[in-house]
Amino acid sequence: MFAVENGLQGDPRLQAISDAIRVIPHFPKTGIMFQDITTLLLDPVAFKHVIDIFVDRYKHMNISLVAGVEARGFIFGPPIALAIGAKFVPLRKPGKLPGRVISEEYELEYGNDRLEMSMEAVKTHERALVIDDLVATGGTLSASINLLERAGAEVVECACVVGLPKFKGECRLKGKPLYVLVEPSQLD
Amino acid sequence: MSGNKQEEDPRINGIKTKIRVVPDFPKKGIMFQDITTVLLDPKAFKDTIDLFVERYRDKNISVVAGIEARGFLFGPPIALAIGAKFVPLRKPKKLPGETIFEEYELEYGNDRLEMHVGAVEAGDRALVVDDLIATGGTLCAAINLLERVGAEVVECACVIELPELKGRQRLKGKPLCMLVEYR
Repeated sequence: MFAVENGLQGDPRLQAISDAIRVIPHFPKTGIMFQDITTLLLDPVAFKHVIDIFVDRYKHMNISLVAGVEARGFIFGPPIALAIGAKFVPLRKPGKLPGRVISEEYELEYGNDRLEMSMEAVKTHERALVIDDLVATGGTLSASINLLERAGAEVVECACVVGLPKFKGECRLKGKPLYVLVEPSQLD
Repeated sequence: MSGNKQEEDPRINGIKTKIRVVPDFPKKGIMFQDITTVLLDPKAFKDTIDLFVERYRDKNISVVAGIEARGFLFGPPIALAIGAKFVPLRKPKKLPGETIFEEYELEYGNDRLEMHVGAVEAGDRALVVDDLIATGGTLCAAINLLERVGAEVVECACVIELPELKGRQRLKGKPLCMLVEYR
């Protein structure tokens, strides 16, 4: 579900967010129009809009845990967690987290990758939000949902700044709702 | 904060008790300073950010540069609170646009830190943020990147310092602000 479908139609903040995202063609490979959010981070007003919109949505949903996917989820997740009084849990590439971890494999275009989470991060029945900068195939978010559910959390929603148009409407990932601010920006 | 021990802010001890020390990670002999346990405590995490924000909000900082990946946990909340831009300093090949890089030494071999061209401008007043300072090699590379494009690095800010590794002396004369020492 996109923000415009859920009460934010015409909200000028969404246009500001979209305008602040830079498109880099053919990165990391030919054919991909990469959505570069680093230019959004250079615009403190637009960056704050992103956080404000997510905080407004989640502050009354009793979320106790925000999980962010390495590395760009680390940029958006903590400010949201801080504002809503939730803990932040990093979901990381293999071998980065110390202590006991659980891991979940997911598919890439060629081969697999793994996401890890600390076993001590989650208390059973915690209500969790998963954050990443962008959703494309949903593979990483699905792996994230699996990790949190295996640890006993209830995933309330997944949230991303950018999402492909196919995520409009009542689209769900592993049965969980998805909330997206903007569609991919186009090259001028 | 920093080297001033006269009156330690009461929030600092709360943060220190939340840091988990994990022995022999990532390899034998290293006492790893795990800050993820600070992030699990909303008050301790908020106190960490507040301490830095209180220090920097009136210093006219225009850019906060965070070092991948744990600098991304602390830099953006600070940047948002003080109205500065946030610039990620990343491992090679992660940033999609045109970049400049700075090499730095590891125990075995070298690594590189990259920054987008155009993200930081001449005259920007910069703060560099990471979770921890050890030898200071990564922070030194970050300072170099920022100075090469004409920014003024005002200070480096870290949650934890390992003072025995003397990283403070590798910061090209820039001051370091840290909250917790580990000896």
